[in-house]
Amino acid sequence: MAVERSARLMQGNEACVEGAIAAGCRFYAGYPITPSTEIAELMAASLPCVGGRFIQMEDEIASMAAIIGASLTGTKSMTATSGPGFSLKQENIGYAALTEVPCVIVNVQRSGPSTGLPTSPAQGDVMQSRWGTHGDHPIIVLSPSSVSETYRLTFESFNLAEKYRNPVILLMDEVVGHMRERVDLHSLSMSVVDRVKPTNKREDYLPYDAAPDGVSPMANFGDGYRCHVTGLIHNKKGYPTSKAEEVDFLIRRLHNKIDHNLDDVLKYEEYMVDDADIIVLAFGSVARSAHNAVRRARQNGVKAGLFRPITIWPFPEAAVTALAQKAKHIIVPEMNLGQLRLEVERVAGSRCQVSGINSIIGELIAPDQILRRIMEV
Amino acid sequence: MKNAAMEFRLGGSGGQGLILAGIILADAAIMEGKNAVQTQSYGPEARGGASKAEVIISESAIDYPKVTMPNVLLCLSDEAYRKYGQVVDPNGLVITDTSMHLPLPNEKTMVPLYRLPVLSIAREKIGRGLTANMVALGCLNALTKSVSDASLEQAISERVPAGTAELNLKAYRAGLAAAQQLLIAK
Amino acid sequence: MALQHAQDYLRNAMMPHIWCPGCGHGIILGAILRAISKAGLDQDKTVIVSGIGCSSRASGYMDFDTLHTTHGRALAFATGVKMAKPELNVIVIMGDGDCSAIGGNHFIHACRRNIDLTAVVFNNSIYGMTSGQYSPLTPRGKFATTAPYGTIEREFDLCDLAIAAGASYVGRGTTFHAQLLTDLIVKGIANKGFSLIEGISQCPTYYGRKNKMGGPIDMMKWQQEHSVNAVAATKMTPEQLDGKFKIGELHNSPAPEYIAEYDKIIAARRA
Repeated sequence: MAVERSARLMQGNEACVEGAIAAGCRFYAGYPITPSTEIAELMAASLPCVGGRFIQMEDEIASMAAIIGASLTGTKSMTATSGPGFSLKQENIGYAALTEVPCVIVNVQRSGPSTGLPTSPAQGDVMQSRWGTHGDHPIIVLSPSSVSETYRLTFESFNLAEKYRNPVILLMDEVVGHMRERVDLHSLSMSVVDRVKPTNKREDYLPYDAAPDGVSPMANFGDGYRCHVTGLIHNKKGYPTSKAEEVDFLIRRLHNKIDHNLDDVLKYEEYMVDDADIIVLAFGSVARSAHNAVRRARQNGVKAGLFRPITIWPFPEAAVTALAQKAKHIIVPEMNLGQLRLEVERVAGSRCQVSGINSIIGELIAPDQILRRIMEV
Repeated sequence: MKNAAMEFRLGGSGGQGLILAGIILADAAIMEGKNAVQTQSYGPEARGGASKAEVIISESAIDYPKVTMPNVLLCLSDEAYRKYGQVVDPNGLVITDTSMHLPLPNEKTMVPLYRLPVLSIAREKIGRGLTANMVALGCLNALTKSVSDASLEQAISERVPAGTAELNLKAYRAGLAAAQQLLIAK
Repeated sequence: MALQHAQDYLRNAMMPHIWCPGCGHGIILGAILRAISKAGLDQDKTVIVSGIGCSSRASGYMDFDTLHTTHGRALAFATGVKMAKPELNVIVIMGDGDCSAIGGNHFIHACRRNIDLTAVVFNNSIYGMTSGQYSPLTPRGKFATTAPYGTIEREFDLCDLAIAAGASYVGRGTTFHAQLLTDLIVKGIANKGFSLIEGISQCPTYYGRKNKMGGPIDMMKWQQEHSVNAVAATKMTPEQLDGKFKIGELHNSPAPEYIAEYDKIIAARRA
């Protein structure tokens, strides 16, 4: 029975694949790892149907390398992984950041360290997603809380990657990745952003020439520009350099191109925060527990609110500062021992109290636990 | 449905297909315009071990996606019951397989218990042990009427492997009939 | 298309290069450029991918789309380039440590897939960039900064490894046999599948000095004296072959190419 439906039951990992393909992803390289494997499986099935290509590489490092290579030809590319696999990809994520190659890395977080609890959720990669690779480098990290948001943020990850010529990390967790829920299909309509390509002649094109906070047009391999791409610090031409002013300009520009566009990059959601004394700051699946707790606290007459960062990195510092000026207490529940709380303390610690609810047992934090803390403080 | 949200917990051993049963139940609810969330937890075993699927069906938005107090608990193995059977809503109900040995919820809790030959119906009547998940869905829907038969049958047809729809529908209907009979007998 | 002179393919702005006087890598680079010219590849449709190490700096000196990647991963990057745009000619430059140690896993799997890449390994039996440590291709008993008493590890024969792993074209040349090297690379490029050309190169600065092999000329003479043509080798006894290595075409066995096979799936899915 072929009925045109306005809603579908969709899994988080499935929504990630659909969002990626809708955003124009045509190359995927990956390696099997729980709980992200469904993404690879669905990509293997879907990509050939749209003329794209999938490859299961020999390891996680190779997968990350392959998507960078593919992206250099102008093909939107993605990989997905979890826990240990994310650690393995780090060196090449740094390579993509320095060489400004757009790509999307999905990390469906699971419990760690090491093999950890492989089938259980966690949020222990907050700091790794920011600082996992060596050296100072810019990164954009988005974290979805629902299946439909997974679709939209995957799509958005491609758009941001293309716009800023930067790797974008979609930081999911096992709960969101494996959960199935209703997705209203009309909510999934989004517009595609493509990287800007050079229009000048080969002799006049400098692949890394941009304003101190700008992004330069990017030529595809094979388009006749004959560019050099290297993980060495490079000048505007792309050639290796160790001249202090060129090194300084490049690394600062890479950061500025993100930091000077925060209005575009930062996304967050607020619920009942306007008059809130107590703010619960939560992301990913835990934000759903927090929403439940805040809703029930309000039913009990307690002025609680929820702040949900959707962009985790860069951290929405100004918005949290503003909340901290009004609120008395910020509670940060997360499935780790307090990684995002460190950032909240840095930003808000001098203005209001900050405390954490931390779980590392491989289970989603229950709303009751958050509600209890709200009632206590 | 009496409550705004109805929570289901389906426990069994890996390979019994209860996650698929949960998916089908959630899918049927969405066809009826409701909200539904399905989650699961599982161990490293693809076969054996305890696994559970959870479904929440609600007329309104669902924030916390996990089941806290199931209105319906269905368990097909002793191990799953031992692991997941501790909590049931006092106004809810429990469905178990007749082959299970564990001490089951009793008069003290006052939660109605329905013991049904889910596994043997699948094995003997349908001839395929693998269809126990559909037999279980039939039992569950006969006892709870959570979604319409038509939606559930459509969801089954769309979600089971190609070429097996008839077999699975037959299993579903057999479960439905068995539970209805039990209701009449009670 | 008229043959271009090898020098026309160099990026003058990148000179001077970093290689030591007497290093063999420039000879292999020259062989690659002459092979590209002979094979008639379109300069704008040819991508050079390299890893990290002395040899991998070659990509920067070559006027194509060039990709100087991370240590050991050149073949994985190249796989992405080739899969996303199969019409590009992709040549991969690696060193012995780069290819066979940190990149060993990528190497055997690129061979196994028979993906249409031409890999040229600059084998100087040493990690030169980090000043003289032994690699998996350093012969047993030889000296290096990390093998001060001689290495006890058995070396790989990279060509045998490639053949065993499924590469469809394999050859070996040396910097002494530069013309042979060029011809082998031309054939490797022509092969629709994974090709390995091993180029034996001399590192007088570290390997030669550590192992008292003399200057660059002596090291090239050593290559001449210790190499045996693959065809001639078939008529020689094991005793005669002892201490020698084979050069020339070692394996030529066309097999289904990875992307061509993948594209059959695309065609079937979209039919």
